Amino acid sequence: MIADGAGEDEEKWLAAGAAAFKQNAFYMQRAIDSNNLKDALKYSAQMLSELRTSKLSPHKYYDLYMRAFDELRKLEIFFMEETRRGCSVIELYELVQHAGNILPRLYLLCTAGSVYIKTKEAPAKEILKDLVEMCRGIQHPLRGLFLRSYLAQISRDKLPDIGSEYEGDADTVTDAVEFVLLNFTEMNKLWVRMQHQGPARDKEKREKERSELRDLVGKNLHVLSQLEGVDLDMYRDTVLPRVLEQIVNCRDEIAQYYLMDCIIQVFPDEYHLQTLDVLLGACPQLQPSVDIMTVLSRLMERLSSYAALNTEVLPYFLQVEAFSKLNNAIGKVIEAQEDMPILSAVTLYSSLLKFTLHVHPDRLDYADQVLGSCIKQLSGKGKIHDTRATKELVTLLSAPLEKYNDVVIALKLTNYPLVLDYLDSENKRVMATVIIRSIMKNKTIIATAEKVEALLELIKGLINDLDEPQGLEVDEDDFEEEQNSVARLIHMLYSDDPEEMVKIISVLKNHFLTGGPKRLKFTIPPLVVSALKLIRRLPEEGDNPFGKEASVSATKIFQFLNQIIEALPSAPSPDLAFRLYLQCAEAANKCDEEPIAYEFFTQAYILYEEEISDSKAQVTALQLIIGTLQRMHVFGVENRDTLTHKAMGYSAKLLKKPDQCRAVYTCSHLFWLEDHETIQDGERVLRCLKRALKIANSAQQMTSAARGSTGSVTLFIEILNKYLYFYEKGIPQVTVESVESMIQLIKNEESLTSDPSAESFFASTLRFMEFQKQKGGVVGDRYEQIKV
Amino acid sequence: LFVVIEMIMNYLLGAFKPACNISITFSDGKNRKQVPMKKENGQTDLVPLFQSQETLSGKVCIEPYQGKKVEHNGVKVELLGQIEICCPVSELLMAFVFSTEMYFDRGNFYDFTSLVRELDVRNYAPPPPINNSIKMEVGIEDCLHIEFEYNKSKYHLKDVILGKIYFLLVRIKMKNMDLEIRRRESTGAGANTHVETETLAKFELMDGTPVRGESIPVRLFLAPYDLTPTHRNINNKFSVKYYLNLVLVDEEDRRYFKQQEITLYRLKEDTSS
Repeated sequence: MIADGAGEDEEKWLAAGAAAFKQNAFYMQRAIDSNNLKDALKYSAQMLSELRTSKLSPHKYYDLYMRAFDELRKLEIFFMEETRRGCSVIELYELVQHAGNILPRLYLLCTAGSVYIKTKEAPAKEILKDLVEMCRGIQHPLRGLFLRSYLAQISRDKLPDIGSEYEGDADTVTDAVEFVLLNFTEMNKLWVRMQHQGPARDKEKREKERSELRDLVGKNLHVLSQLEGVDLDMYRDTVLPRVLEQIVNCRDEIAQYYLMDCIIQVFPDEYHLQTLDVLLGACPQLQPSVDIMTVLSRLMERLSSYAALNTEVLPYFLQVEAFSKLNNAIGKVIEAQEDMPILSAVTLYSSLLKFTLHVHPDRLDYADQVLGSCIKQLSGKGKIHDTRATKELVTLLSAPLEKYNDVVIALKLTNYPLVLDYLDSENKRVMATVIIRSIMKNKTIIATAEKVEALLELIKGLINDLDEPQGLEVDEDDFEEEQNSVARLIHMLYSDDPEEMVKIISVLKNHFLTGGPKRLKFTIPPLVVSALKLIRRLPEEGDNPFGKEASVSATKIFQFLNQIIEALPSAPSPDLAFRLYLQCAEAANKCDEEPIAYEFFTQAYILYEEEISDSKAQVTALQLIIGTLQRMHVFGVENRDTLTHKAMGYSAKLLKKPDQCRAVYTCSHLFWLEDHETIQDGERVLRCLKRALKIANSAQQMTSAARGSTGSVTLFIEILNKYLYFYEKGIPQVTVESVESMIQLIKNEESLTSDPSAESFFASTLRFMEFQKQKGGVVGDRYEQIKV
Repeated sequence: LFVVIEMIMNYLLGAFKPACNISITFSDGKNRKQVPMKKENGQTDLVPLFQSQETLSGKVCIEPYQGKKVEHNGVKVELLGQIEICCPVSELLMAFVFSTEMYFDRGNFYDFTSLVRELDVRNYAPPPPINNSIKMEVGIEDCLHIEFEYNKSKYHLKDVILGKIYFLLVRIKMKNMDLEIRRRESTGAGANTHVETETLAKFELMDGTPVRGESIPVRLFLAPYDLTPTHRNINNKFSVKYYLNLVLVDEEDRRYFKQQEITLYRLKEDTSS
């Protein structure tokens, strides 16, 4: 309410001021039109008196100021004309100083001074010096700022700069610089003083008002940067020290922050590079509350992009030791600002790291140094919990990955994992994901166990639970996503050297086994695959001159595999371990490792018996067993018999009849392995088929008994297909008669016609037989004999 | 101050209408510089300007009105100075012949009338040989401490006062600071002394509150103000003195001031001006 009231009042005051202003401006114009200098001065002074108000906020005051500015332009033109008409400019310069009130007087003086400089009746530097001195009379911050800003405005094009028409005989650019510096200093003092005026409760409002005015002050620095005469020497020897002196001495947070930033933005990068010492030296002297981190970050950003755009300046960066200076400066700033938030420190180092990565990509030691300094700051503070700070830390850690696109480089940074350690578990996971993504994106192959070890250290947030309480329950989907990425990563850890590869795998094993059951199901399979791949690459046993003495032997890897699969939890998905065992068995088969293969099978069987109880799962598992076993040629008769016998047993014990039937006829394949004469037992094949047929019969009877209808003939047709298969292979025990009687059996089934799918299945089987017959040759001959 | 040259005829004294018309012409009347002078009724008149040590020469013409005759025992020409003082002292008329010196100048409240003819007499002075600056430190303990400096102690009427005000301690919030020119005129002597003070100029030097160490420039042109030279104790009758008064006004409108006398003198003008 109060504020609103004030706002309304302010509007009123502005309106009143503007009205009085307008009126006097009108009279002034009339005096100008009639060439009446005396009246023009009188009314302009009255008009300018409106600027004496203390009632307006900076925003509204600016409104009034702009009107004054416009009117004073007209007056200036009139002054100029007056001097052409013979009025002495010196007299004019005195005349305006007769005004009793100081503010109008000084506005008029500046205006007359502008004309004075233009007439060149006195050196510009003298007049400027007089003006900037006289302006000291305004000690009111707001009014002083605007007056001096007017002075800056009118003097901008009249500075005795090099190449300017107002340049004097010798070294007048110094005067130009001196003038701007003085005006800048005074303006800054006034601006800072605003902070300390009025009641403390209006602090926020005041700071807002001040920030509205900051560009008036900063403009001076801009003017300085535009001066032709401000070369590197001038900048280093005069401009920068003087500006910094003012910045440091004003001891004002807002001013220091803004002006430091101003310096960095308005002057050329080249200057910054050459004056880094000085610029950085000022930083620790600033108020502790100054957001120095942003200032320095911007400086480093600017220098980085400068280096990026102008590669030819890189030697200068080295020459001036930009990196170590920045590093030192940051250290000092942090030291000076005791209660600097961790976020600021991290941001600083993050910027510095980016800087060094850009400017000195070849100096990995620099990057490591930055990380080292960062650790020094973080040490003793425990894990960081400020979310913004951790985010920044993630950015910092991501920077080397982004720059080099090669995680191997990051692995060389010894301090890298130490910094990472300061992240909480959640952010460690984030960081790990970033690292993995980088590896995947760049297809970085990590080829030594040592590096793998280091990498796992970095991504340990994903590998295990980090022995600390989980802050938040990790989202199931996220967890899966993360673990999948770890799984993908495993394929990037690869060495052509089997010995090294074994090391890599065992490193992985050691780490993964700490991950807990939730992770293992994601990490073990790819590890197994990776190990199996290795086995495949191993030279044949016979080719190896060192035989089993070689450090890398398939046997060892198999032992290892056994260990890791054992670690897989049986619940909730025993089939995973089951499948892996079978896969390993198959690999062992290829290596002719009978005992190992047998062991794997045994493990698979145990799992089947103890863990797989779901009938559907049993069916699938059994199919896998049979499929795998069928291809095994490594087993001796005895072992094979044991295993087949078991498989047969499992088949017969399946719950559902059709499942039983199918399993049993599938088992028939176990006794007939092409190209392996030792495993060709037609007798037992036939026995299997007959048994399947028997089960099929009883299955049909059961359905008709239970449901009152005859069951499907599909099973019969399937068995027929098996018959045909073995018949075609030429197994003597499978005779033409047995095939024919099978066909006859199906044809006699009355339910055949009531089941369209079975009917078409049968039809296509017959078509197949016809097709094989047409083919001719040995197979065709065999089919020829079958009478349908 | 102001000087009258008056011709007194023996026929005078107002009950009668004058029997003749008296006119005076100065021998160089056409070339002599004339200056405007405000009369009692507010109108301005142009009067011839003489300097001290100058010779007055000219013609006095006495013409009787028609049908009247003037008897006289000779014509006596007297140069008369008049200092007219308004209340509370009753009119004081002084008449004396200036033989060698005229040192009165025009003032304000001793306006001056002439029955016959008015002249303006101005005294010009050479620049004083010794002209020290005025420098002083003043203050209120723990509150305000300033040092001011004016470049001279003697200024001519078209001079400019330069100087600076240096703030050594500022513990009050200030609105502004003015420099005033004050004139103090005193007439009479002893118990009858009458003093009148007037502020002729109020010139703002500073707007707002400075901080410690701030130095504020002073530059005051005297030309625009209606000033006269300083006179000290002329004929034991009157004095005109000038003071510079530095006034600081705080935010509660309290005034803090320090007054310093300066001497004003009239510098010989260029003949051209």
